[in-house]
Amino acid sequence: MSSYLDYTTGDALVDTKAPGGPIAERWDRRRFEAKLVNPANRRKHTVIVVGTGLAGGAAGATLAEQGYRVIQFCYQDSPRRAHSIAAQGGVNAAKNYRNDGDSVQRLFYDTVKGGDFRARESNVYRLAQVSVEIIDQCVAQGVPFAREYGGLLDTRSFGGVQVSRTFYARGQTGQQLLLGAYQALSRQIAAGNVETHPRTEMLDLIVIDGRARGIVARDLVTGRVDTYIADAVVLATGGYGNVFYLSTNAKNSNATAIWRAHRRGAFFANPCFTQIHPTCIPRSGEHQSKLTLMSESLRNDGRIWVPERAGDTRSPAEIPEDERDYYLERIYPSFGNLVPRDIASRAAKNVCDEGRGVGPGGQGVYLDFADAIARMGRDAVAAKYGNLFEMYERITAEDPYRVPMRIYPAIHYTMGGLWVDYDLQTTVPGLFAIGEANFSDHGANRLGASALMQGLADGYFILPATLADYLARTPNDEVAADHPAVDEAVFAVTDRLYRLLSNNGDRTPDSFHRELGELLWDECGMARGEAGLRKALDRIPALRAEFWERIKVPGSGTELNQSLEKANRVADHLELAELMCLDALHRAESCGGHFRQESQTPDGEAARRDDAFSYAAAWEFTEPGAAPVLHREDLVFEHVHPTQRSYA
Amino acid sequence: MNLTLRIWRQQGPDAQGAMSTYEVTGISPDMSFLEMLDTLNEELILRGEEPVAFDHDCREGICGACGMVINGQAHGPERTTTCQLHLRHFADGDTIDIEPWRAAAFPVVKDLVVDRSAFDRVIGSGGYVTVPTGSAPEAHATPVPKAVADIAFEHAECIGCGACVAACPNGSAMLFTSAKIVHLNSLPQGAPERESRVLEMVGTMDDEGFGGCTVTGACTSVCPKGIPLTSITTMNREYLRALGKSG
Repeated sequence: MSSYLDYTTGDALVDTKAPGGPIAERWDRRRFEAKLVNPANRRKHTVIVVGTGLAGGAAGATLAEQGYRVIQFCYQDSPRRAHSIAAQGGVNAAKNYRNDGDSVQRLFYDTVKGGDFRARESNVYRLAQVSVEIIDQCVAQGVPFAREYGGLLDTRSFGGVQVSRTFYARGQTGQQLLLGAYQALSRQIAAGNVETHPRTEMLDLIVIDGRARGIVARDLVTGRVDTYIADAVVLATGGYGNVFYLSTNAKNSNATAIWRAHRRGAFFANPCFTQIHPTCIPRSGEHQSKLTLMSESLRNDGRIWVPERAGDTRSPAEIPEDERDYYLERIYPSFGNLVPRDIASRAAKNVCDEGRGVGPGGQGVYLDFADAIARMGRDAVAAKYGNLFEMYERITAEDPYRVPMRIYPAIHYTMGGLWVDYDLQTTVPGLFAIGEANFSDHGANRLGASALMQGLADGYFILPATLADYLARTPNDEVAADHPAVDEAVFAVTDRLYRLLSNNGDRTPDSFHRELGELLWDECGMARGEAGLRKALDRIPALRAEFWERIKVPGSGTELNQSLEKANRVADHLELAELMCLDALHRAESCGGHFRQESQTPDGEAARRDDAFSYAAAWEFTEPGAAPVLHREDLVFEHVHPTQRSYA
Repeated sequence: MNLTLRIWRQQGPDAQGAMSTYEVTGISPDMSFLEMLDTLNEELILRGEEPVAFDHDCREGICGACGMVINGQAHGPERTTTCQLHLRHFADGDTIDIEPWRAAAFPVVKDLVVDRSAFDRVIGSGGYVTVPTGSAPEAHATPVPKAVADIAFEHAECIGCGACVAACPNGSAMLFTSAKIVHLNSLPQGAPERESRVLEMVGTMDDEGFGGCTVTGACTSVCPKGIPLTSITTMNREYLRALGKSG
């Protein structure tokens, strides 16, 4: 077997299906050129949708409304619980209700630039266009967005953007948008247009004659492994940030569906692009199971500092003003505490690496409101941030009105995912990937409030149009229930479950997950270097071998078995992690939230290398543990010209 | 700290369940309640025993997945979700009883996991606005007074955890159902289906085997999102109004 590092380069991905012509007309052209399915014929087509978050719930509801037969899956007990529900901030839309100069063009520009020039212009422009319709749709569903006294929608500014284009529902925007999609989906389930399978997990993709024709899924309650056949499969399964073990993702968010699809031929693009969020509550010890995000809005009034001297263990109140280092204000005087997410995150890591971190384990920096309280008064601070302070106190038992909060960066969102063309179709015909599961719209970094926008745009508006074109152009043929490809996929799934259950080793799934996560965080996290990545690439195959020797899963496969679910997912994480490190190693530039130690400016800032890396890296799977094949999709910037970012 | 846990173990829906006792030692007061169960489960796996099954996901108090009765109280002593309950609210050496939600409409799946799909069917029977994608009017076409939007929001916050049902002596889902009805019926968008919504949803709730409401208020006292008891009285008013219109 060849070394994983000896990857080869295959054909470039040239045809993205993005129409040419003026960028503002491309989506209209694509929709006009797309073939339609006659309303009477739609019920003859079955579509599988995996996942019920913003993208999946919206897609399932919309396809069913249009008349297709939809079979929908989620591993939670209800479609209402997908992790989109935890998004706090808001959803962007180029409505220009504030008359502050916003436009589709400006949202497009901000998003391409915010993604550090690693997203596809045509897709991002379409996203900005569709954003306007998303707000209309959600308001009509009864989503209770914040309102002004005059009854019109309120907006706020987000993440350093200069216009006020973020629509919000207090700190629970994701919840309210998701419930809107869930309600629309529930209506279709009740009407019999959607066959729904909660507590069911996709474990493999069925590919027949080169087309995606179904999935293998396991009922998590009975353990039954079943096959489902359809004319197309849509993956709306979210991101893979949980590969790091500690992240802001829900615990069950996982990579299995997209990884299985990758193994069946779908290219995986930019796996190393991960967004790090700077303001999370630091871990409190070894037992920590996940990280909790604190809203970024806190940086508007809080000042970030650490002790001047390494190893200073005094309480913050005992450290006098002249022995504190307000490092963001010192290094970035014009942006101060409001530098972008990646800059703030890396600066926090640097001071902690110098031994100046605070709190247990030294992995934290202070976010101090003392000055804001003195300036604005306690009541004004409470009015602005009261609920966040309460949440912080509930988790840490420290009162942020009296002692500074402690924060630390955490893995938040993955920009990589299955490669898709302009139609959101993967390299496997009939297999579509939407929302965070695909790689397409965020580039190397994601602006705040744009994840919700992409999930809903894909699910409500884009996929339903492009999927119709695929169905209309593809023969509507039947798959025999005993087709060899079906049997083979079922065997692969059941064989793996059997191996996990019968191994009877001496390590738990969590112990492997934790070890892998720490390795990835250290070597493929906020800062990466060639030596560290090579070390990780050396360690991961060994850890994977150890997993299959020592994993212990109690119980049986014929009932609810949460250890089995977990072990099955960790096995995929162990393969994906290797691809992430290889992708990070080959991309010898700093970009977005990913800082490459060998690629920095003389003053230590991230240096992007457009000459060498202005492309999306789409990896083709060969065989387990063997080197993948790299396919490049060159990115062309006709409308927004790449410039180095500077925040000094 | 060291704790004694008495946990309801039940192999499956039809199996007989019983309380089992476990000791956990060296627990940090900073752990969440679920992290304490994670720790126990790691030990159980290594001992070759089956870990305790429980529902959980976001672990930040919003997905509504986690739910268990702790020392007789839904979600335990603090008014929050179980994932946001920390061990500092217990004393070293405590014995803690942990049981699943118990209600006729929520059958036990395994251990602490129950089937709450009845909630989804209640929502499916009217908890939505009928608006197919792409046919929505411009968002500013319908102004909504801030006071109305705030009432709608307050009720839309329900996370569907089921604590209200678990706490109710009658196993009633009135608070859950009323939260959705008040959310949608108070908005102009929900007005066209105002009557059918309340009639259908109340009917489904009864069909699913949830009990009636005797206004004990137990539901609101455990609701992690603070859905108020007035939600139920508003729903009752909407119901009578709809009956009057349909009769």
